[in-house]
Amino acid sequence: MPQAEDFYRQMVRLRAVENELTKLSQAGQLRGSLHLCQGQEAVPAGACAALRQDDYLTCTYRGHGYVLAKGLDLDLVIREILGKATGLCHGKGGKMHLFDQEFGLLGTNGIVGGGVGTAVGAALASWLDGKDQVAMTVFGDGTINQGHVNECFNMAALYKLPVIFLCENNLYAEMTPLERSHGNTDLCARVASFGIKTDKCDGNDPFLVYETVSRAVERARKSEGPTFIEALTYRTTGHYQADAGTAYRTAEEVAIWRDKSPIAKLEKVLGKAAEPIAAEEEERVALAVQSALKEPDPDLSAALTEVFA
Amino acid sequence: MSEMTFVQAINAGLRQELDRDPDVFMMGEDIAHYGGMFRVTEGLMETYGEKRILDTPISESGFVGMALGAALAGKRPVAEVMFIDFTLVAMDQFHNQIAKTHYMSGGRVKVPLTVITQGGGYKGAAAQHSQMLEALFLQVPGIKVVCPSNPADAKGLVAAAIRDDNPVLFIEHKQLLGVKGEVPDGEHVVPLGKANVVSLGTDISIFSYSYCVTLVQQALEGSGVSGEVIDLRTLNPLDWDAISASVKRTHRALIVHESHARCGVGVDLASQIQERLFDELDAPVTVCAAADVPIPFAKSLEDIVLPTPERIRAAIKKVVHG
Repeated sequence: MPQAEDFYRQMVRLRAVENELTKLSQAGQLRGSLHLCQGQEAVPAGACAALRQDDYLTCTYRGHGYVLAKGLDLDLVIREILGKATGLCHGKGGKMHLFDQEFGLLGTNGIVGGGVGTAVGAALASWLDGKDQVAMTVFGDGTINQGHVNECFNMAALYKLPVIFLCENNLYAEMTPLERSHGNTDLCARVASFGIKTDKCDGNDPFLVYETVSRAVERARKSEGPTFIEALTYRTTGHYQADAGTAYRTAEEVAIWRDKSPIAKLEKVLGKAAEPIAAEEEERVALAVQSALKEPDPDLSAALTEVFA
Repeated sequence: MSEMTFVQAINAGLRQELDRDPDVFMMGEDIAHYGGMFRVTEGLMETYGEKRILDTPISESGFVGMALGAALAGKRPVAEVMFIDFTLVAMDQFHNQIAKTHYMSGGRVKVPLTVITQGGGYKGAAAQHSQMLEALFLQVPGIKVVCPSNPADAKGLVAAAIRDDNPVLFIEHKQLLGVKGEVPDGEHVVPLGKANVVSLGTDISIFSYSYCVTLVQQALEGSGVSGEVIDLRTLNPLDWDAISASVKRTHRALIVHESHARCGVGVDLASQIQERLFDELDAPVTVCAAADVPIPFAKSLEDIVLPTPERIRAAIKKVVHG
């Protein structure tokens, strides 16, 4: 059972990474889009603690928190986000396309719902071979409206596959609120109709996320089938770096959720013990970024290789 | 050698690979209990069980995506998409996910995945069940495309596709499914990327694949033209050496395929041939392909839209005699 210190460390590491990347983005030193998950840090911290290293994971373009919490090397990830030759994917993937089979990571993804089939397929492989590895796929509330995802819900239920569908319900599909994109905003009810067990938790409490995901993992390992988990949370920053996050929601609403920040909450619990952990992680991340910036860019010949194995 | 149909030959190739590698499994609509819409998977469930030969719901995007996940988890999935027209339902999985995963990962992960499907017209199946869509899969780097023209190649190429560590789309033609031919007994593998010289000739090189190879042979019969017929077999990888060697022998080139002309394999090859072999050419490189309209239902209309021996013969004469 992870302790408060462990969750706090994961969350402040993720926050520190995002703060550093924001600085780089603002300074024009970061290519592409930057999708932050500030306010949502408890979900990756809690969920990944419930997984083994060899369990499979797919997530979204907002998935770097899961990637780090799953145990991937911070330096390799940062170098990849900066497009360096020594990055996790040699600078060819970037933040939206991180892969590492050693940690079961079968991809972050640029397409909403695009990696859900991948996770269900990995669960299928585990089921075919009678292994006890499970797969978890993480996505937002907006993803439930993708056709591909609904096909995957059905097949996961049909074959009773060891997969956990973890939905971060942050109330907005990009910039559109739940009630303007769902005919039925009861997400669990929609997924339950496939014959999938559903569960809900406060996504801003890493302990509750951990417990809820652990129950789902246990069911999956015992061949009892898939679970859909709705973790209620909130993105206090915009959808991406060019979105202030203020045009489609009130300042009051954002402020209320800022007060519910999982990092601030754990700081109160930990008291004085929090500060050295935060300082350590901030320093570690700053160092990782500084050293990554000095790494070489990919050799130009790499552009034309690795289309095929 | 044994005489068997194209469908039986694929079935034999699948059995060969299912026997050889326990990680090979199949998934698709009506492939297990029913034995496959076109009988390609007949009897496989009885031999290998209903997990390794897995019936799926009508969810092409879902099960093609799952094939990717299974491949990344160490399996060698073979998914069947009943008609190539239905691959369009799964295009995000093919183009955004499957084709790019190896490259995006910087070569860290491999995608040993095969999708078998069938396409083509001449059956009155109309616009949504008659297409040849190989060009759509050639536009996006990262997917190999195989179009066999005869039973022996069908067995050997399906085996090579399954053994390949990359995504491969294996396209059968519905006009070929019942065609019989001699097929090697025992292990038979035809490497991807090797064209087949069907007949040597001196007047013209005719490059084709799939069912059109048959139509090209019919067009040449009694034409008085000495045509060198090259069956490309696989379109990615492409056997450029075979193409180049043949053009250098005959100095005239015609490309014949059933899919639409615009932005298709024919214009792609014509461009490459004129750019790389311009000085070898005695006539403009020509393409004989489907008209750029949806495939119509009525036989009279389908016959003027798709390549026929008569249209191909006219194209041959134009290239040879000007």
